[in-house]
Amino acid sequence: METKVFLELLSNGKGVSGFEYPLQNTIISAFDKYLDDISVDKLGNVIGVKKGTYKDNEKSIKIMIAAHMDEIGFMVKDIEENGFIRFTNVGGIDPRTILGQEVIVHGKEDLFGVIGSKPPHLQEPKEHNKAIKMEDMIIDIGYPKDKVEELVSIGDPITIRRNIKNFLGNRIAGKALDDRAGVAALYECMKELNKINHEVDVYFVTTVQEEVSMAGALVSTYKINPDIGIAIDVGFGATPELPRASTVELGKGPAITLGGNIHPNLRKELVKIAKEYNIPNQIEVTPGPTGTDARAMQITRDGIPSLLLSIPLRYMHTSVELLDMEDIKNTGKLLAFFIASISNENLEGLLCY
Amino acid sequence: MLLKELTEASGVSGNEKEVRDLIISEIKDYVDSYKIDRIGNIIAYKKGKDIGKKLMVTAHMDEVGLMIKDIDNDGFLKFMTVGGIDKRILVSKPVLVGKDKLPGVIGAKPIHLQKPDERTKALNIEELYIDIGARSKEEAEKYVSVGDYAIFDSEYIEFGEELIKAKALDNRVGCSLLIKLIREVTDISFYAVFTVMEEVGLVGAGPAAFEVNPDYAIILEGTLCYDMPKLDTHLIPTYLNKGPAISLIDRTTIYNKDLRNKIVEIAEKNNIPYQFRKTSMGGNDSGKIHTTREGSITATISVPCRYIHSPASVMSKKDYDNTYALLKEVLSQFKKEEL
Repeated sequence: METKVFLELLSNGKGVSGFEYPLQNTIISAFDKYLDDISVDKLGNVIGVKKGTYKDNEKSIKIMIAAHMDEIGFMVKDIEENGFIRFTNVGGIDPRTILGQEVIVHGKEDLFGVIGSKPPHLQEPKEHNKAIKMEDMIIDIGYPKDKVEELVSIGDPITIRRNIKNFLGNRIAGKALDDRAGVAALYECMKELNKINHEVDVYFVTTVQEEVSMAGALVSTYKINPDIGIAIDVGFGATPELPRASTVELGKGPAITLGGNIHPNLRKELVKIAKEYNIPNQIEVTPGPTGTDARAMQITRDGIPSLLLSIPLRYMHTSVELLDMEDIKNTGKLLAFFIASISNENLEGLLCY
Repeated sequence: MLLKELTEASGVSGNEKEVRDLIISEIKDYVDSYKIDRIGNIIAYKKGKDIGKKLMVTAHMDEVGLMIKDIDNDGFLKFMTVGGIDKRILVSKPVLVGKDKLPGVIGAKPIHLQKPDERTKALNIEELYIDIGARSKEEAEKYVSVGDYAIFDSEYIEFGEELIKAKALDNRVGCSLLIKLIREVTDISFYAVFTVMEEVGLVGAGPAAFEVNPDYAIILEGTLCYDMPKLDTHLIPTYLNKGPAISLIDRTTIYNKDLRNKIVEIAEKNNIPYQFRKTSMGGNDSGKIHTTREGSITATISVPCRYIHSPASVMSKKDYDNTYALLKEVLSQFKKEEL
């Protein structure tokens, strides 16, 4: 399957943090062809293994690559007298980005709805400059209360309804590209690895619940106990209202993070490989914990040397996240060449401080 | 479904061509004459029994939307609003730009990079822009020109208990009702007028009324509906599923009581549910029509629409059917010279 087609399936798919299971089949059926083994753990992480060429299985190096498959969304909190649904957010959502959005309420069946509020005509003029609070919004699924109660339960997840769209060049926009774009980069990486030799065993993990607790990365890293952990997430794409220094540019390759969360020598090696193979890349500077799966990896067990690659993405945590497919391709390529460069012979040296 | 085609067509005020062409193709075989006047209104005439009084039924074709005013150095598009749009509805929405409907999005600053108090303030239009994915100003200019219109990217969807979600229900629902009247009412003379630029100041209605010079006019609309829970009933302008809304007063018209009472009487006699539009907010083409030339007697009958002027407004098919039933009876009473 073309990576773009796969990403479209993922982005249009539904998987709020804690409710990622609808995505499992899509991921497993795409990954399966390239991997030696694939399984789902207790929290719902999908863990695939691609064996390397090292003779002694017991002593094979393990590299874990993780991208989270969950998305921000909402949860049903209450049902009003007239059937309107009150809701709360799962993950970080700016309430200003959800007014007038179409949603799918995942009740007994998937139900279409619209997020509404008091219309401007009925507000005081001074209210017009204030953002509407999430608690003053409702979801209208168009049924009376008794029917809503039959179909919807308190606690049901809700996703924004948005289909991915093709933009100029090789750019796309849609919801949940944070971090299904990372899942697509994993897919690119395994396709690349299929063409080259690699000594190490590669663990491809699509993690759950990154947006709320990184629970998926914590338990899967513990289970795999890798020699190197690499998280693939998204980075703040440059837009006019953001300071240049806090952003990365679309179309200029993955951002390689630098800072306390990252193993310094491994990062140098990664940059060296990028240079060697002419893969465009950028620097992202994060002095402390990155707030990604790389953080969870770093502090699992007795500590795991970690790396973080970020795919540039504009309008993070909105339903119109926009990115350049070329950056996903380059992320997958860089990962593959980096993996192929690691061996039982050179790892020890690379991990030295 | 005609309402699907009508709501998905692009017709921001001043740029109604796509809607106008669609309406003409739907009515041309059913009217005795039609013309497009000099500002873009469609004025059609349907001949039937003549009772010596002129009846005009109108609906405006235009919708609220956006107009591109600048392309910045990085290829982002700055825009103005056309008609009354709550700026808070624009954030994180897909749009379609220009004649070729190029996809774009109105993005927002990531929540991670905001200060907490930023989230309590509405973003101003000046802070918003459309991203079409262009890499530079030059690339954007190949596809977009200053002055191009943009519409919400929103498809027609049926959901819930016989509800419809679409953009531009205000007022493609009125257009759809009027087209249906033209096609199905064959025995009475009336003028059917589809006006331009209602949303920017009732622009088309005056010249159209001047041309037709009606004795009576019925204005068809999609109107405010806000039936939120735990609200005093007097604050609710209209309810969904309670039938057509008959206007009492709005910002531009105090409606003629005799005509209004006659319409209510017709609804009651025929067991058609109806409600009064209980707000004086908003205005419509009636404001211009009842004061053109020597004046005319007007009534406004509307289909209630939740979340009006947003990409996702919602109406009820039951209300649509009941509004049509009432209109058909009103026209038949007009024929009996009892209106």
